[in-house]
Amino acid sequence: MTAVSDMVQGAGVVRKRTRLQRLKDNRKLWRGIAAVVIALVFWEVGSRWDQWFGFTLPFIGLIPPPTDVAVAWMSVLPQPGYWESWYLSFKRVLAGFLVAQLVGIPLGLALAVNRYFREFFFPVFEILRPIPPLAWVPASLIFWPTNEMSIAFVTFLGAFFTIVINVLGGARTIDISLLRAAQSMGATQWDMFWKIVLPGTLPSIFTGAAVGMGITWEVVLAAEMISGGGTQGGGGLGFFIWNSYMGGSLPHIVVGMISIGIAGYVSSSAIRWLGDWAMPWRRLF
Amino acid sequence: MSTAEMSTTARTGAISIRNVTKIYDPEGVNVLAVDDCSLEIGAGEVCMIVGPSGCGKTTLLNAIAGFHSLTFGEIRLDGEVLCDERRPLASQGADRVVVFQNGALFPWKTLGDNVAYGPMVQGTLSKAEAREKARHMLAEAGLGDVAEKYPGEVSSGMARRAEIVRALINDPKVLLLDEPYRAMDALTKSIMHEALLEMYDRTKVTIFFITHDLEEAIFLGDRAVVMTTRPCRVKTIVNVDIPRPRDYHLLSSEEFRVLVEEAKDAVHEEALKAFEAGERELA
Ligand SMILES: Nc1ncnc2c1ncn2[C@@H]1O[C@H](COP(=O)(O)OP(=O)(O)O)[C@@H](O)[C@H]1O
Ligand SMILES: [Mg+2]
Repeated sequence: MTAVSDMVQGAGVVRKRTRLQRLKDNRKLWRGIAAVVIALVFWEVGSRWDQWFGFTLPFIGLIPPPTDVAVAWMSVLPQPGYWESWYLSFKRVLAGFLVAQLVGIPLGLALAVNRYFREFFFPVFEILRPIPPLAWVPASLIFWPTNEMSIAFVTFLGAFFTIVINVLGGARTIDISLLRAAQSMGATQWDMFWKIVLPGTLPSIFTGAAVGMGITWEVVLAAEMISGGGTQGGGGLGFFIWNSYMGGSLPHIVVGMISIGIAGYVSSSAIRWLGDWAMPWRRLF
Repeated sequence: MSTAEMSTTARTGAISIRNVTKIYDPEGVNVLAVDDCSLEIGAGEVCMIVGPSGCGKTTLLNAIAGFHSLTFGEIRLDGEVLCDERRPLASQGADRVVVFQNGALFPWKTLGDNVAYGPMVQGTLSKAEAREKARHMLAEAGLGDVAEKYPGEVSSGMARRAEIVRALINDPKVLLLDEPYRAMDALTKSIMHEALLEMYDRTKVTIFFITHDLEEAIFLGDRAVVMTTRPCRVKTIVNVDIPRPRDYHLLSSEEFRVLVEEAKDAVHEEALKAFEAGERELA
């Protein structure tokens, strides 16, 4: 622990470190930065020289070097359309994701705690679950009045099944001793649900959320590419890539791809952060 | 009620197990776990239950705690029927609190909040009062410094001690312990034993304590009840007439050795039978 090493250095006195010093000593951060820099250099060099030591590099020789991508990025940064794409994709992801959480968590918990409910609904659920979200696209385009609603629906489905299955599994594997302990101390069913089942399921809820978030992004982007830039249900980062492809601009395609990477990273960081906040006891592990 | 007052009140917590039989019936395969078992446990007694793995000790404890029903017989607490053939499942109540084999502190609550849980859900104390009392009792058990820590942050010994405090705050008549120190090394165990005896001397709660460990049984118990291999029945009772308070010096005394040997002979015979029958326990 750093506190201990500080004490050793300061001969028993805990030294206060400045923010700058702490930043300087943050090895994790520096390693992360180093990794990104090395990857960029490798990419730059790889795409500038299509031959390395007489070997043709597959793939990397074809993509534009990071400097070209950076130039393309600089050119789109001031354009409102680019930020509009971010906004649209995020809006779709969040809408589908949140609705899936709102419906999925209670459903998963209900399936876990009520045997009859589980026996009745689980088979139907298990038949629908393996259908990939994109297989729902044609049917939902027919059923829902607007493209936007179809996208929302398919996005919802993508996260929904994962969330339910995680919540159900998490709630069912809570140590029975915990439930018995609570019961023997006089807890009612209501207490046990709120104080034992729910906190005991939180880790699985967050696992489901993390996986579900990933699926939602995949589905949204695919749906944006499929639906194209029509008047309704268009736009978004998926469409940004598609449009760059149609325009034949390779650097812009990569800009779109990296934007999605960043968007995904932001989303999963947010979930991790929420998880840490909601489960303080898990920070120790 | 403070713990000091508790010890002066009339003793309660006598358990009487009468002709108890438990047959498990998973998918029609009958397992006779406990067969016509009778045992009288006095109020304020430390009764140690010893027997080979899979013999039915936990089954008996679960019937007393109300975690599952018995098939025949009855169990009474201070003369009142907990369960019998007409009502085979005892109600679960804070008068019989269980400490589990693998530990069952709520990982998402600090030790203090774990201890405060019972009085809070029962509504006997307000949240603030329950917290205050929990803090006080943890301090008494030498855990004052870790009251704000989560179970995952403390050693298994501390966690186990906190779990016993969590049981005792409910002012139970009976403390049911199912191999609570099983996974601990000998040194930690002896510290746990002294802490438990110290708590017992303050509260005089009836203790029903399941163990494999014969030295533990003799060191802690007023009696060590040796069970037969499955189906479970009382085989022998070893009376431990060693005055309290006891400390670890007892472990090297002659009278202690003699009692351990006596119990060992009885248990060994049953363990051998269990081994030959290929018994294994459900964790
Ligand atoms: N829920 C159950 N269903 C079927 N058999 C069980 C169940 N619980 C325990 N048993 C069986 O009953 C016997 C006694 O188990 P248990 O009381 O756990 O033993 P002990 O605690 O003495 O090791 C064992 O043979 C075990 O396999
Ligand atoms: Mg057992």
